[in-house]
Amino acid sequence: MRRALAVLVVALALPAAAGAQPGVGVKAKTGKGLYAGYCLSCHGVDGSGVISTSHPKGVLDLRGLGPPLRGVGAQAADFYLTTGYMPLADPHDQPRHTKSPFDKQEIAALVAYVASLGKGPKVPRPQPRLGDLSQGQSLFTEHCAGCHQIVAEGGYVTNAVAPPLHQATPVQIAEAVRIGPYLMPKFPVSQISDAQLNSIIAYVQWAKHPDDPGGWSIGRIGPVPEGLVAWLIGAAALVGCCLLIGRRFQR
Amino acid sequence: MSAFRKWAIAFGVLLLGRKKRQPRVVDRPRIVPPGEPDPRAEWLVLLLLLLAAAAAVGFIVVYSFNHLAHQTQYLGLALGLALAFVAVALIVVGKRLVVTEELEEDYSLPHSTAQEELQQLVDESGDRFTRKRLLLAGGTAAAGAIGAALVVPALSLGPLFDTGALYETPWRRGVRLVDEHGKPLLLDEIERETFYTAYAQGADKELLGAPVVVVRFEPSQLHLPAARRDWAPGGVVAYSKICTHAGCAIALFRKPTFPVVEPGPALICPCHYSTFDPTRAAKVIFGPAGRPLPQLPLAVDANGVLRAAGNFSGPVGPAWSGVRSKPPRNPS
Repeated sequence: MRRALAVLVVALALPAAAGAQPGVGVKAKTGKGLYAGYCLSCHGVDGSGVISTSHPKGVLDLRGLGPPLRGVGAQAADFYLTTGYMPLADPHDQPRHTKSPFDKQEIAALVAYVASLGKGPKVPRPQPRLGDLSQGQSLFTEHCAGCHQIVAEGGYVTNAVAPPLHQATPVQIAEAVRIGPYLMPKFPVSQISDAQLNSIIAYVQWAKHPDDPGGWSIGRIGPVPEGLVAWLIGAAALVGCCLLIGRRFQR
Repeated sequence: MSAFRKWAIAFGVLLLGRKKRQPRVVDRPRIVPPGEPDPRAEWLVLLLLLLAAAAAVGFIVVYSFNHLAHQTQYLGLALGLALAFVAVALIVVGKRLVVTEELEEDYSLPHSTAQEELQQLVDESGDRFTRKRLLLAGGTAAAGAIGAALVVPALSLGPLFDTGALYETPWRRGVRLVDEHGKPLLLDEIERETFYTAYAQGADKELLGAPVVVVRFEPSQLHLPAARRDWAPGGVVAYSKICTHAGCAIALFRKPTFPVVEPGPALICPCHYSTFDPTRAAKVIFGPAGRPLPQLPLAVDANGVLRAAGNFSGPVGPAWSGVRSKPPRNPS
């Protein structure tokens, strides 16, 4: 009886907890209004950041935690908002690529507001058409493939996921390289020039639909599925050999 | 001593006793239909066995080379060929030399005559072999060579080989850190929250000891042992890029954007996820690696160029027998 009661209580509490997200019911259309509704509890007043849990609770009593946004510029705001990385329900989660709750105008308003908080980099304008695919591949291999896998299928680092890049737009790739979202290192111009970045983006665009010279992609994630297929074919061939050896010669 | 002698005599008697085989009963009628000898098949079997032996010897020869292009592929090819030749030899024996006949019979109680019959059956089945000893010698050669091929790599585990070269690295006091194009690394150009790969100036980049991974932190973030206080000018630290587990390249650098809620900075090997904390002298914080990445002491010259202030803190790369016994040194 007590257990049934406990289940009931949890079932009732869950939707309430899910609803307790920042910004629910916010009607504002201005950047500042949206910021107050969706961002303030973690990023603080005017992007000052919340870096300790001893900070007073924010909107809807959420215990927010978030880095300061002064000086991150339009570049970072555009990346985190267009990818749906932000708003993030739990600051301890890794942000994932999701559909943004904002429409284009709202994102533009928020980006403009965050950019106004301090001097920071603008949204980049990469031109992958000027890039060189072959150079892009070697640069991607050198700088990116360790985590994101050679055809950008994504992978893992300890404690986190390196996301696949199927959905990444050229602008988002350029932004991510420069700002290093979440656990990704950032690559300054001294490491990857803008021209090289164009090549990398050209390669990622190509890697979304690679040629598959073998005719069969098998997930494009390397030796595990390929080995599995090889073993299945190999095992069938071995059974065939056994049957052949065991067969009698017709005299 | 006397006990040892007793054992030796007993063993000798056993060997001698085993050699004496019961003479075959000749006056009994044959069970297996007599087959024609097939000398050509025998020669073929012998040839195949010798080829197997040759392929296995080839494995040992290839293995004994220190540096050979596509060595792994040749090793696999040699061993695969040896086993394939033995398989074909056995197939030829089974198909063309052993007399085959299928008989159906109920199980009977074990009986001495039945056992003799079985012995006779086995003996007579080998009737078509005319060069038994030669084939036996061929078989021994193939089995011996393949056995040796399987055992020889184990020699690399032991102290038989000189591991001295494994301790050698091109780093010594004053060697400049250069990028892959040979451009020297300047302290002021090293940025935080990213990572660089550097090499010893003038050294072969393919050497295990040559590449280092360079990262920069706030000096207050670093928690190096007291003896390594001066190894990180301006908060720049350098570690061997070769993982101490299986020798892959440390290709992953994890840097938190917001350290309050995110995992701390780490150097990670993509092969088996050995994870090292670069702020704590590359201590292993996760994964199969057994010891930290060797750290390279750094110094800055008057022109702001990063230079090594000595050799690594320990031997580079995956472990070998006695890896901790000696410090790394320079080739003489």
